[in-house]
Amino acid sequence: MLEIDALATCLSTPACLVNQTTSGLIIGMLLFLVASGVTLIFGVLHVINFAHGSFYMLGAYFAFTVYQLTGNYFLAAAAGAVGAAIAGIVFERLIISRVYGQNVLMQLLVCYAFILIVDDAVKIVWGAEYLAMGIPAEFRLPPYRIAGGFVPPFYLFLVAMAVIIGLGSLYVVTKTRFGKIVRAAAHNASMVSALGIRVPIYFALLFALGCALAGVAGALAAPVRSLTPGMGLGILVESFIVTVIGGMGSIPGAFLAAIILGLTRSIGSVGFPLFVDGAMFMMMALVLIFRPTGLLGQGTLR
Amino acid sequence: MKTSDIRPRRRIDRRTVLKGAVGVAALGTGISGFPAYLKAAGKPIRVGMPTIMSGRVAILGESSVAAAQLQINRVNKAGGIDGRPLELVVRDSRGKPDEAARMTRDLVNNEGCDVILDAEASSASFAVNEVVRDIKKFCIHSNSETSSLTADPKNQVPWVFRSARQGIHDAVGGGLYAARVAKEKGLKRWATVSPDYAYGRANTEEFMEYVKIFAPEVEIIEQTWPKIFQPDYTENVTALLNAQPQAVYSCLWGGDLVAFTDQASLYGLFDQFEAFAVNLGDYPVITAIKSLPAGVHSGSRYHKDIPDTPENEAWYAEFMANSKVLPTNWSWENATAMDFIIAALKATGGDTDAEKMGKATAGMTIDSPFGAGGKLTMRDSDHTLVNYMVGYSKTISKDPYVVDFKQTDWADIYKHEEEWKKRNGYI
Repeated sequence: MLEIDALATCLSTPACLVNQTTSGLIIGMLLFLVASGVTLIFGVLHVINFAHGSFYMLGAYFAFTVYQLTGNYFLAAAAGAVGAAIAGIVFERLIISRVYGQNVLMQLLVCYAFILIVDDAVKIVWGAEYLAMGIPAEFRLPPYRIAGGFVPPFYLFLVAMAVIIGLGSLYVVTKTRFGKIVRAAAHNASMVSALGIRVPIYFALLFALGCALAGVAGALAAPVRSLTPGMGLGILVESFIVTVIGGMGSIPGAFLAAIILGLTRSIGSVGFPLFVDGAMFMMMALVLIFRPTGLLGQGTLR
Repeated sequence: MKTSDIRPRRRIDRRTVLKGAVGVAALGTGISGFPAYLKAAGKPIRVGMPTIMSGRVAILGESSVAAAQLQINRVNKAGGIDGRPLELVVRDSRGKPDEAARMTRDLVNNEGCDVILDAEASSASFAVNEVVRDIKKFCIHSNSETSSLTADPKNQVPWVFRSARQGIHDAVGGGLYAARVAKEKGLKRWATVSPDYAYGRANTEEFMEYVKIFAPEVEIIEQTWPKIFQPDYTENVTALLNAQPQAVYSCLWGGDLVAFTDQASLYGLFDQFEAFAVNLGDYPVITAIKSLPAGVHSGSRYHKDIPDTPENEAWYAEFMANSKVLPTNWSWENATAMDFIIAALKATGGDTDAEKMGKATAGMTIDSPFGAGGKLTMRDSDHTLVNYMVGYSKTISKDPYVVDFKQTDWADIYKHEEEWKKRNGYI
């Protein structure tokens, strides 16, 4: 199962090292964007948004349509974020807010119903066929050669965007008035409400921010991922692993866990190719046993 | 008061009751004495079709239903089977074996379906196979390519058939083609990237086995197995880059193949290796990839030019005019299944008895736009389809997307299939 020779050869070869390290970062950063939305919503609202993958999917489809209409990838990415945020507000106000405080099973059922409805809606609107946006013209460049390794320019852009957006959302939640209000409401909604602040609106906006993160991740990745109804499910599982390892509610934790998981996938594909998924779940199990709050988690948003 | 309006009630006497009883009995006996197919005269013949209509591979189910319905519309327009129209009853199993089995029973018991067209993927097909053997309903498996479904005598009964490609046929065809290219271009170091589940592993193993049989100098230096529906293939792409093979084989399919191709293109992977992808030729895949790399060796799926005949071109045009999705490999397989069902029903005069339909179908050859030389045969010995299009083409970046199709000679396939069957103890 272990391919020690292959791993040793890879780690001692600059080209392989570059390939695997950069691929780990690429995998990790897109996971981070999705997982940060999950962790943000959980940290404040104490709701595990099992339907988060649907917003990732919606972001990708919205971006696809806008890209078809305008040919502008950056506009398409923004549309993916905004579209997912609007869908998130609708979902939060009409559906998930009705099960706040109820047991997890009820939340899970509500989310699962939403996933099925959205998947079918996507099939009706965009069809069941695989759609692909294609690499935007500005990124159709040969890969950079670094120490013999290959680094695609498009992936460098994705990693940079993920870091900027992740830091931006951390700033919004920790440093702005909006962030302070939602964090206060998370601790004591009644008290914040008594101060004349309409807590439900802030909760809806926070939910929208979380969904926008999933949406922008879907939109940014759309050029290299096929769009199909149900595409959110695959990313959802991995983003939950990131969230659990990083700590439910911790954005820095999600960042750290995403990098760890990305590198596990990329290095693991060389050193233990048959146990890559197993290693990820094993890490999650170990974290749950020895540090149930996650690497940087404290149960609520820091 | 008009008393004339009031009539005395007619008494029902003993004789009247007896006459009535005799009449009812006679009528009842007469009806039950009729042959079943005469009783059903004019009643639609219902074909139950469990398939996948939702989720990531919904397009496969949708393109299957569209194809089956197309053939049904044709026969109904021509008057049906001795005046009885055919009716398709579709159920969405979401590809789950337990659901597929339950729905098959439901289609027969509650929907009154007389025939089953099993348009499931392999895992669910085996579940449907169990059911139709048990309840004895005529069935054609239209999509499962797993060779053992019909090759293994344990799965064979007189009323069950397969109209799909068979893995071993494609493995021999692909192996012969790839070995020829390997010899021509000196491709010795091979890698594979295929989905990590039963189909992916079995298909890859069979393909590489035959490449090595026909070109013994070939060695496999890297195998990477992405999970089915994996969103990100970067780790697999870089694993291939690190191994630096001369050729790569993949049986990724559907949206996964679209995503892999786009992600691999970012690394310039197709400029570095000779690539073979058995499932690339499906229309929804090949049209979805925005920058389709040229020169990739693509296995035959369904294509309007393969075979390059007016009949196939006409079928494609008719399908496109009646379907909201593009045709897939599953489309021609389901159109073929329906053609065999129709032909069997015509042969039995509309009698849906499983044994009679099975007898009519075994060994039957039909005219088909999808067959080599315009003919397809349901082989008698193992109830599987033969003489369909097996071979490889090369991709170009625009319509018609694949060119230069090389058909594998069926004589070669038969020869190696027989050896394979002997090796596996099937004959």
